[in-house]
Amino acid sequence: MTAVDTSIAVDRPRSALVHFVRRNVWTLGLVGILVVLLVITKIIQPNYGPPAIQGLAISVLPLAFAAVAQTCAVLSKGIDLSVGSMMAFTSVAAAAMMDNRSESFAILVVVGVLVMGLIIGAVNGALVVFTRVPDIVVTLAMLFVWAGAALLVLQRPGGGSADWLSGLTSGHVFTQWVPKAAVVLLLVIAAVWIPIRRSRLGLSLYAVGSDSLAAFRSGVSVGRTKIFSYMLAGLFSALAGLSLTASTGIGTPVPGPYTLMSVAAVVLGGVSLAGGRGGVFGPVVAVVILSLLRTDMTFLNVNTNLATVAQGVILVGVVMVGSLIQLRRQQ
Amino acid sequence: MATLTEGTNGYLLEATEVSKTYGAVVALRSASLQVLPGEVHALMGANGAGKSTLVKVLTGGVRPDGGVIKVRGAERAIHSPAEARRGGLVSVYQEPALIPDLDIDSNLRLTQTPFELFREWVRELGLEDLDLTAMARDLPLASLRIIDLARALAIEPDVLMLDEMTAALPANLTERVLGVVNGLRGGDRCTIFISHRMTEIASVCDRATVLREGATVGVVDVGEEDSADRIVELMLGDVAVEMAENSEKGQSPHRSEHVRPRIEVRKVGAQSRLRDVSFELYPGEVLGVVALEGQGQDELFDILAGSDRPTTGEVLVDGEAVSFRHPADAIRRGVVFVPADRAEALLMQRPVRDNVALPFSVRLRSWGPIRSKAEKPKVDKAVGRLQIDTRAGREVRFLSGGNQQKVTIARWVAGGVGTMLCFDPTRGIDIRTKHQIYPLLRELAASGTAVLLYTSELSEIQLACDRAIVIFNGEVVAEIDADDADETTLMRAAHNLRSDALLPSQVIASSTRAELAEGEGGGEGRR
Repeated sequence: MTAVDTSIAVDRPRSALVHFVRRNVWTLGLVGILVVLLVITKIIQPNYGPPAIQGLAISVLPLAFAAVAQTCAVLSKGIDLSVGSMMAFTSVAAAAMMDNRSESFAILVVVGVLVMGLIIGAVNGALVVFTRVPDIVVTLAMLFVWAGAALLVLQRPGGGSADWLSGLTSGHVFTQWVPKAAVVLLLVIAAVWIPIRRSRLGLSLYAVGSDSLAAFRSGVSVGRTKIFSYMLAGLFSALAGLSLTASTGIGTPVPGPYTLMSVAAVVLGGVSLAGGRGGVFGPVVAVVILSLLRTDMTFLNVNTNLATVAQGVILVGVVMVGSLIQLRRQQ
Repeated sequence: MATLTEGTNGYLLEATEVSKTYGAVVALRSASLQVLPGEVHALMGANGAGKSTLVKVLTGGVRPDGGVIKVRGAERAIHSPAEARRGGLVSVYQEPALIPDLDIDSNLRLTQTPFELFREWVRELGLEDLDLTAMARDLPLASLRIIDLARALAIEPDVLMLDEMTAALPANLTERVLGVVNGLRGGDRCTIFISHRMTEIASVCDRATVLREGATVGVVDVGEEDSADRIVELMLGDVAVEMAENSEKGQSPHRSEHVRPRIEVRKVGAQSRLRDVSFELYPGEVLGVVALEGQGQDELFDILAGSDRPTTGEVLVDGEAVSFRHPADAIRRGVVFVPADRAEALLMQRPVRDNVALPFSVRLRSWGPIRSKAEKPKVDKAVGRLQIDTRAGREVRFLSGGNQQKVTIARWVAGGVGTMLCFDPTRGIDIRTKHQIYPLLRELAASGTAVLLYTSELSEIQLACDRAIVIFNGEVVAEIDADDADETTLMRAAHNLRSDALLPSQVIASSTRAELAEGEGGGEGRR
């Protein structure tokens, strides 16, 4: 009988710290890689200092929000190809509305644009849920819709940004080593994500991505949760668009390579494309790593095209090595 | 029966003439079910009879086309599991409804399960040291099912539905579960219990509703003397006679002594579970393997099927040592595998024909177009031989579990097979299909095939095998001739007990109502 009993026995509870490390091993590993990269950067470019770090933070901001947006969609086993277009649309909308208007009106604009992001996301989600057209098709279609809409708002880069909004991204906090953009990024993500992660809604998000049938049977409303995940993706895309306007001071109607880069960051950030696994902080760190890699290669005078190739190789390499280590640990 | 008035009849749950069709397939024609407060009610029927569909209708997983559902006399329309849950209808499904990527704690929060009650039930069900921070994905299936059950019990629903709760559970846990279900009797709530195992029904249920082909064909009082026979009769309808003949045909054990064994397993060990297993499998015999959950049988079958490699010992096929690196190597040597989980063997979204043809169209090793003309007769022959119901055959996933399992066997039969490894092929399959599978295995053996059959249902050894080996703790502890292999003997051997020792499980050895009365007084469940 005892032999049977052991076959269903479960690991004993571990200490909280060990537990935390185990859960976040991927993100912590990425932070380690980032630190190593910073050291390397300092070695190859000895005068790499606070201004460069501030510049890095500002340049990373839009893509970091985009990566979080993509993470929200991917966690519920979806994917949002319209992230880049939504960014362009919200960016030009904000820039056009804020152009030559008062600082206080800009507050209204920012709130309005964020609400717009939620609505656009809800449209994406509703189309996926109610028409049962695959996520990838719906969001691909929306990619064209919002890219076109962005060009309808502004034919060429233009518009403006409120000073307080631009001020949020430049400069530093406390010491010159802490860029304001990074603080804003972390505060915004934490303010939106952590309450959600702790709520039943957040659990549902993971549940639907992990096993939608089991989630359904556990009493989760699968459709509503999916729509919610796309609303979050829309909200963070709008934040990404706003940060684009804030950091450049204008709106650009042609989306950058943000959609595919956000997917790359999600993968590198330890979020499973099969849904249900990962968090938002991994992809954010991944974005910084990808950006810093590019900087380093510029410092080393590597041909930019070759740098792009290298970026791809590193992406595959890191994910592969990471998976191998995880496989080893499981054995 | 259709016009029972509200409140007067005292039923806790009353479903009347529920129907549901999927395209051309009728899952439920006219299913009715009345459950009294305080009773454990069995829902029985062959696979495809509509039990699971009825449960899904009652818990909001499936919307019925017609029929009335009343809870405590009030009519209810249930649109989703969440709504059913709020209305006090909770089901434990065959596949645990736990989220693999969330830890147990989060899973409990997701369903808003009362924590303390859950703890108590888990302890009562025999999972002592459960780590709530463990990911559901990392836990064995048996534990997940127990957790799922405890979670449902902790919600204290009015109607608790258990769909094949004891399938895939080791004997000691089965016993605990039956004890708990038994303890649910009496009081204001009720339990609907689905199981293929007659002894379990007899030991915990008060009444049984029998479904056949989507309709309720009778309600049997389990306490009555010949209730088991009546249930079987109702379940099988007109095929009962045919079945009896079949099982007699199946009883023709013969063993050729002086033939070279088809497979010799010599001192094979792997990982920690499988330590030292040796036996021979001869052509023309069905060799049973008996073991409690997790004694190394999974590893043994993986090794023989080419999915895994032994760390010690060797395997000989036709007298030649082999080292399979891939299931394709095993298949090339004529060693094929039928897993318990059909999903592991079938292309669920392809038709029956493609599934049956796959192994030998791959074997042709030609890169050209598939020769469907050459395929067809073979496939048709196999489909006919196994009596596969192909009406829903556009995609295999639309077939019932029994028919799916027949397809997994048919795909090996079609191309001809030397050795068939069957790992619990009748798990979760109805009696009728089971009794088609046993003669089939016998038939294969008669034509010279060597069959290795692991089964979690001990009665199958005498029905299908010539002899049986018993594995305990990674070693072969007994070899028993089919004639002597009654359930008690096998159970003792599986627990590695001497034949005069007492059995740990009374429920499984034999369950009479007298023993039950004792069990009830034992205070196993909380009330």
